[in-house]
Amino acid sequence: MSGGIDWVALGVFLFFFALVTVLGFIAARWRAGPNLHSLNEWGLGGRGFGTFIAWFLIGGDLYTAYTFIAVPALLYAGNTMGFFAVPYTILVYPMIFIFLPRLWSVSHRHGYVTTADFVLGRYGSRSLSLAVALTGIVATMPYIALQLIGIQVVLETMGIGGGADASFLERDLPLFVAFAVLAAYTYSSGLRAPALIAFVKDTLIYVVILVAVIYLPLKLGGWGAIFDVAQQTFDGSGTPGTGTVPPESLHWAYASLALGSALALFMYPHSVTGALSTRSRNVLRRNAALLPAYSFLLGLLALLGFVAIAAGISVDNPQLAIPALFEQEFPGWFAGTAFAAIAIGALVPAAIMSIAAANLWTRNVYKAFVKPDMTHADEARQAKLMSLLVKFGALAFVLGLPTEFAINLQLLGGAWILQTFPSIVFPLYTRWFHRGGLFGGWLAGIVYGTWTAWQVNFSAVAEVPFTDTVGYIALTAFVINVAVAVLLTVALRAAKVAEGEDKTVPEDYHADAGDEGVKPLPAAA
Amino acid sequence: MTEPLRSRADSLARWIAGVLLLIPIVVPLLVGTYDRNEPEFAGFPFYYWYQLLWIFIGAVLTVIAYRLINRTKRQGRRRDQQR
Repeated sequence: MSGGIDWVALGVFLFFFALVTVLGFIAARWRAGPNLHSLNEWGLGGRGFGTFIAWFLIGGDLYTAYTFIAVPALLYAGNTMGFFAVPYTILVYPMIFIFLPRLWSVSHRHGYVTTADFVLGRYGSRSLSLAVALTGIVATMPYIALQLIGIQVVLETMGIGGGADASFLERDLPLFVAFAVLAAYTYSSGLRAPALIAFVKDTLIYVVILVAVIYLPLKLGGWGAIFDVAQQTFDGSGTPGTGTVPPESLHWAYASLALGSALALFMYPHSVTGALSTRSRNVLRRNAALLPAYSFLLGLLALLGFVAIAAGISVDNPQLAIPALFEQEFPGWFAGTAFAAIAIGALVPAAIMSIAAANLWTRNVYKAFVKPDMTHADEARQAKLMSLLVKFGALAFVLGLPTEFAINLQLLGGAWILQTFPSIVFPLYTRWFHRGGLFGGWLAGIVYGTWTAWQVNFSAVAEVPFTDTVGYIALTAFVINVAVAVLLTVALRAAKVAEGEDKTVPEDYHADAGDEGVKPLPAAA
Repeated sequence: MTEPLRSRADSLARWIAGVLLLIPIVVPLLVGTYDRNEPEFAGFPFYYWYQLLWIFIGAVLTVIAYRLINRTKRQGRRRDQQR
């Protein structure tokens, strides 16, 4: 931005980065169980996290560095859809209160580590389980790549990494080092590393945002003045469609973005991993009531996009708006803290995402199709290697391909992951759907979502077929998915196609910690 | 373990909990009910403070639902032990 490097900011940044690195390695011995060499330990942190740890872990998991950069960037750019992140987080917690405890119970009874494990146990369908697993892996990869972009933006603002004329080594080495460190402690400590680092991350984020939303408005003449300046800027910009409140034609787009994203969130492997690492059903329910504390933070953070306008920040790439705002308005030491908060905010979800993708690969692709006789130790070893591969895949992605590509893919990933909802959530309540119907619905949803997104050049929203209303593509695809699943279920049942074996019983969906078969963990899945 | 037999009061409590959880899922989707700037509050346009307010309302409703369901479960356990 200003060209030179602010050494105070950089020093503070490096201090926090070193701190979380040490924590990441110490985490291996934190609350460790007797047998570290299994996916229950490495991939789910021993499944023993209580309300307090789970709050930090799940919160640190869901609110990623990319969120911190991208959501305010939308408001900064005058996108009237930008604030949808707030209704989305309002919707998501009551939803998980309803269905997640059931997934927790059945997973604990049967030792499931992933959602694809559950689908296999419920339907005895290897193809449906594989579809769920691969969708999860493919949707997670670009998400990890976006975390890297979050770090990149911060490094760029601090003046590290240089401009376009810098050599390859100078530009990408800091990011490479950051990621190698992350990969090393995730490998050795598993889910315990992000769980411990999440304490630092969330504390930093809280402090930075609270200071920013109190101090900056005082400096800039209050929230009223900030909203006025933003409104005048959009009115005067001459760019159609910019503003602070969505026009009536975009109401459904706004609502469907919130609803579709909320439904999709807990289909992502990393959210499920966080949820399954908890000690009991009640930990989940209690967290559904406590996690909205993050939502409020997110809402205030989003509004920093308007604050940046009022502060006169002018950047071509809206994603640089918030880092540039911090750099301009705060002294070096506090800006360094803010940058550290964002960068560490990328490390926690990136670690959990790579663990979740590795779990899926190991259990539902490698073990299911390549090497069925794996021991628990084999599984842990395979998943650890896979977590490295996933992260360096994401790194190669970010360094080798245009940023735009990662963002588009992540958007597509959202549309894809939502298509696993009928296969994962419906069977928590009913076995009515036929496995073939769910597979057909999944396929229809994926094809429609991908095709439509491509047609509208990777916008999140498109016209809903047979109407002139604009809506979130993922949600339209979801409706098509369910319709196809219902029709195929009726047809397949009439044709008496085999239903597959259901290994679960109704009581499994209510089992809680302390009940038979829940503790100790079953030896085999 | 089996799901405890539910008394009428228990099912009522679960039903109420379900409705309480449904409210914060449905209300934020009705964008037409809050897409305006007036009345302002502390400089915030209505559109913004109203949505931020619903974060709190949603959390409170979830806490109430949690209490209702846990009360139901505790009573169910107690009945199981008496039997």
